[in-house]
Amino acid sequence: MAGPTRGFLGRRRERDPRLPPGQYDVGRDWPVLTAEPTPRITPETWSITVDGRVESPTTWTWDEVHRLPPAEYRGDIHCVTTWSKFDTRFTGVSVDTLLEAARPAADAHFVVATAKTGYTTNLPLEDVTGGRAWLVWEFDGAPLPVEHGGPVRLLVPHLYFWKSAKWVTRLTLLQRDQPGFWEQNGYHDRGDPWREQRYQGD
Amino acid sequence: MRGVDRPTPRTVRLRLEVPDRVDHLAGQHYVVRLTAEDGYRAQRSYSVASAPGDPLVELLVERLDDGEVSTYLADVVEPGDQLEVRGPIGGWFVWTGDRPALLVGGGTGVVPFVSMLRTAAELGRADLLRLAVSTRTAAELPYVDELRAAGALVVTTRERSGIRPPGRLTAADLVPLWEPGQTAYVCGSTPFAEAASQLLVGLGVPAADVRVERFGPSGPA
Repeated sequence: MAGPTRGFLGRRRERDPRLPPGQYDVGRDWPVLTAEPTPRITPETWSITVDGRVESPTTWTWDEVHRLPPAEYRGDIHCVTTWSKFDTRFTGVSVDTLLEAARPAADAHFVVATAKTGYTTNLPLEDVTGGRAWLVWEFDGAPLPVEHGGPVRLLVPHLYFWKSAKWVTRLTLLQRDQPGFWEQNGYHDRGDPWREQRYQGD
Repeated sequence: MRGVDRPTPRTVRLRLEVPDRVDHLAGQHYVVRLTAEDGYRAQRSYSVASAPGDPLVELLVERLDDGEVSTYLADVVEPGDQLEVRGPIGGWFVWTGDRPALLVGGGTGVVPFVSMLRTAAELGRADLLRLAVSTRTAAELPYVDELRAAGALVVTTRERSGIRPPGRLTAADLVPLWEPGQTAYVCGSTPFAEAASQLLVGLGVPAADVRVERFGPSGPA
């Protein structure tokens, strides 16, 4: 750890306790960060599949997933590029609900989320269970905009937001961890903002 | 810090001597981390403009009026200062110098492309790169002379450019630059990156061959 930077004062001294280390409050803005062109996906052609190490691989269409018990997340989100956004509200379905139907095998320990664009991200299974992960299609009561992952994205708000794959269409359960897109490109396999797990080796 | 200058009114160019550095790939970035006396920290990522063969690492920073890090780098930093940096970072938006590429940049989004052009020059493979750039005015575009010398198409949205009236980058601009087999790289603000990447997809460039890097706010809400 280096010492102080000459002449650097910083913006504010009252740090919001909701802000993980190295993050700032982006306010009302919601920056868009994606590594690929934004796809055009209509709800009618969208579906979500849970497969891999599960007893009953299952696919839900847009209509079918809307018939599952609804769930909501209210809270904060944190992007590895150092912005955090407070008091967000997302609506969708809990990943627990999907996994109850697909029934993870005893040896399933990790999950890879795959997007329509081919984007992937890996997570420990325990990070998407126990009411900590959702598939969401509404933000603040309105349809999730396509640039933010609409029609449906994964939401894992206790980890850096690249884990919350936009345009998600598949959750594949695995025995062993398998690095996803950013994880193969130098970013952390878990990505806990409170531990500042930004890059491999953090 | 070995060199600080301001190529345009809103940008500052930093030339850093980084001890024991690992060579970067063109397109990668560094994190600059600032620490206040009481331990408060702020960090941001900036693309590298220099080629790996440059003895110094060159970063180009756009000064945002409400930017906590960019205002410090633009207004306070002097040669001789010590800065904490981390890098190089990024394994996706990189060009390794061995494949044809179409580079489409908006404003300070040209910075990683400057590194790619300089890397190509080092390798003697300038023939692999095609470049289109959009800026409000030529005077606001960092590296404008270097980009033009490399054959870049420079489109200006707020002033005439030769016989061309002010206007945005169009599909017609990209058609003569596009060749099958190229990887396309798009870098700029979110609205620019969105528009440019959709232009490319509209021309038939496979989405899987388009790599996008966005920065800054999402634009008007």
